[in-house]
Amino acid sequence: MPTASRIPTLPSLSFELLHHTLPNGLRVVLAPDRRSPVVAVAVNYDVGFRSEPQGRTGFAHLFEHLMFQGSANLEKLEHFHYVQSSGGTFNGSTHLDYTNYYDLLPSHALERGLFLEADRMRSPRITAENLANQIDVVKEEIRVNVLNRPYGGFPWLQLPELMYDTFPNSHNGYGGFEDLSSATVDDASSFFDSYYAPANAVLSVAGDFDPDQALEMIERHFGPIERRTKPRRPDFGEPPLSAERRTVLVDELAPMPAIAIGYRVIDPAADFAGYLTSVVLAEILSNGDASRLHRALVQDKGLVTDISAYLGTFGDPLEERDPTRLTITAHYADRAGTEKVIAAVDAELDRLATEGTEPGELRRAGVQLAATISHELDNVLNRCLEFGKFQLIFDDAELILRLPELLATITDDDIRAAARALAPTSRAVVELVPGAAK
Amino acid sequence: MTAVLPVPGLTQPARPKKLSYSERVLESGLRVVVIRRPTVPMVEVRLRIPFFSTKARHRARASLLAGTIRTGTAEHDRAGLAIALGDLGAELGVGADADRLLISSSAIASGLPTLLGLYAELLTSASYPNAEVSGERGRLLERITMSRSQAGVMAGEALAMRMAPGHPYGRTLPDPQEVSATTAAQLRTLHAGMVRPDGALLVIVGDISPARALAAAESALAGWTGPAAAGRTTPPPPIAAGPLQIVDRPGSVQTAFRFGGLALPRQDERYPALQLANLIFGGFISSRWVENIRERRGFSYSPRSALDHAALRSSFLISADVATEVSAPALLETLYELGRMASAPVTEAELETVRQYAIGTLAISTATQAGLASTAVSLLGAGVELDWLTSHPARLAKVTVAEVAEVAREFLAPRRLVGVAVGDAGAITEPLAGIAEVE
Repeated sequence: MPTASRIPTLPSLSFELLHHTLPNGLRVVLAPDRRSPVVAVAVNYDVGFRSEPQGRTGFAHLFEHLMFQGSANLEKLEHFHYVQSSGGTFNGSTHLDYTNYYDLLPSHALERGLFLEADRMRSPRITAENLANQIDVVKEEIRVNVLNRPYGGFPWLQLPELMYDTFPNSHNGYGGFEDLSSATVDDASSFFDSYYAPANAVLSVAGDFDPDQALEMIERHFGPIERRTKPRRPDFGEPPLSAERRTVLVDELAPMPAIAIGYRVIDPAADFAGYLTSVVLAEILSNGDASRLHRALVQDKGLVTDISAYLGTFGDPLEERDPTRLTITAHYADRAGTEKVIAAVDAELDRLATEGTEPGELRRAGVQLAATISHELDNVLNRCLEFGKFQLIFDDAELILRLPELLATITDDDIRAAARALAPTSRAVVELVPGAAK
Repeated sequence: MTAVLPVPGLTQPARPKKLSYSERVLESGLRVVVIRRPTVPMVEVRLRIPFFSTKARHRARASLLAGTIRTGTAEHDRAGLAIALGDLGAELGVGADADRLLISSSAIASGLPTLLGLYAELLTSASYPNAEVSGERGRLLERITMSRSQAGVMAGEALAMRMAPGHPYGRTLPDPQEVSATTAAQLRTLHAGMVRPDGALLVIVGDISPARALAAAESALAGWTGPAAAGRTTPPPPIAAGPLQIVDRPGSVQTAFRFGGLALPRQDERYPALQLANLIFGGFISSRWVENIRERRGFSYSPRSALDHAALRSSFLISADVATEVSAPALLETLYELGRMASAPVTEAELETVRQYAIGTLAISTATQAGLASTAVSLLGAGVELDWLTSHPARLAKVTVAEVAEVAREFLAPRRLVGVAVGDAGAITEPLAGIAEVE
């Protein structure tokens, strides 16, 4: 084992960011780095599936698809073609609290990338034909990822319904087929008008470019887009759970049972350091062979095939506002073992709450998280997405660079308290029962 | 609505930088390649050990060995190893396929010597504790069961069996009965026989000095010795044409189509043309097949074709999951687009688009430490030297429409491919039989 003096430390990350806001309200973050001839462009919009209207489940994601279908300037398929014939790649993704669109390009295609993002921010081509086609594509996406797949969408599609009481937080973000089928061009236009205003977005550019030239291009392409009112973001808050909630779900395709245990965690906007404690706690619970839950439930007791603890809907701990959650999921061989699995999780949380961390454990979790962040930021596209997302969600792109030092301030007492907060009375448990095993 | 705005052109591309690397073949026969890439203070390590064997039960043993090599050594137990890695901010993964065992990791760059010391520990004193092997064996069986419940995994297995019957490439998952029969003693024997430095490859990429990294590797791995295993490599049999094989998955709401055929390895002089032909057909979203069945018809979310390079054979693979009720039309469009590739020339504009795409994505794939390390180990492991990365854009630039037509005729023609369809046989057999021969 390395002695204390041989334990390496992670040097701090040095990325210089430049900030700017256009008169139409579009916030701009630039992260130049000229070491590889690659540039990334991303637009993060402050709308996710938490904001979609009742009766329109899945609309935020469907709308993301529509943003690739051409514009006032470009025919259908031309957006793809311009990016790919420049040697670049593109994609977009819809999250609980934001939606992003991005391109990764050779640096000589920067202006084209900026034009294409400005182009669809100005005037996407929303037609009945494109809408009908993309409803079909989204249904295939849901079939391949959910309906035709064992454990499809588990637990991100099923846990919120049990855990939350209001539509924005509890509904299925992929959407029901009936809601998708009844979406109209008018719905899409009004969604665009409300949420895709420049003032509701952050543009980030990372990689190989000259900042002055880039800013000039940004002003040329995004500057003329008309200013619209930034929508007011409603308060999505819900009171914490006061008693345990349980439900059982039958999955006809699954060969083995699974469980998801969700706990509400502290509001990151109200107490960011407190929220980070939950992030470290999840690391201590389930990252690697030395983690608490892995050792106890996988190695020592052999209760589960795998187990993981994570923050946020999709496992990115730093992309959601309140309410958000810590989830523990596990797959196991025998349904009769469900209560034992829950009891073993409780026992480990209780042990951490009463006895605290082992020597070195807290520091190691911080180092592992910091190394993960470093690793992520090596990728130009990830860097671009992270800076943009941090600016949008936390109003502070540089926050990600300060995370290693913030993580280092978390104490053993903090971890004990965070573990204690994951009490049986404040959790929601979805038990997945295999239909295939009948 | 205002006048149509012009799409900006491209500026002068940056000249590709020459990739500089240092290397040394250690006395043990281990080849060490180091590339300095100081973007973030991290390092990536890939160790590739040849692991091909035609022996019965090898696949099961190799899978279980990969799952248990890090569960105990002479110096550490399982948690001790994880703690030592965690102190370096390291993630370490072990994987086995028919060709090789791959131990991959990333860590804080200054921890490289310690990390290589942990590699040495795994290589020279992995102990395969009985209790750990027994636990992992059960979990591997459970994971196989879970994998096989997925339509895509079933289809991949069926296609592999179709493309390489009786050969190690014909099996994508270990056989559960063989896993059940595997013992810790057998893993120790396999490790002693095949986890050898001669013929193995160590790639290190990151914020490190090449001279110091080479020295660290030499010193840390000095105790790992032994001649290469004497195992033979046997190429897979030729792909035998046959009807579309329907695999029943009752009630399936989608049909998973998978087709495969022979392709060319990266060293082949006709490879650049085949790479571009694949892109034009279905290798990216602006391809003919994807525009057809996704963007025009909405049959599938992510249809895609690709070239896959195993050590002994390269393959052309295509995959699409489509709604059960459109299985037959989706097959028809697929055969149509393949047939069109094989029988009519592509346009200059199509060729130019994929040429730029191939050149651009090559630069993108090597722009990160992890991407560069994985690309380097995959190229070197297949016997392709790293200059390939810098010289390949020039090869792509020279490909002509006629060259694409020639390789498309040879490798993309529908009659040259074998296929499987995993879906609700009761609902799809008759419609599919109207389009193609099925079994």
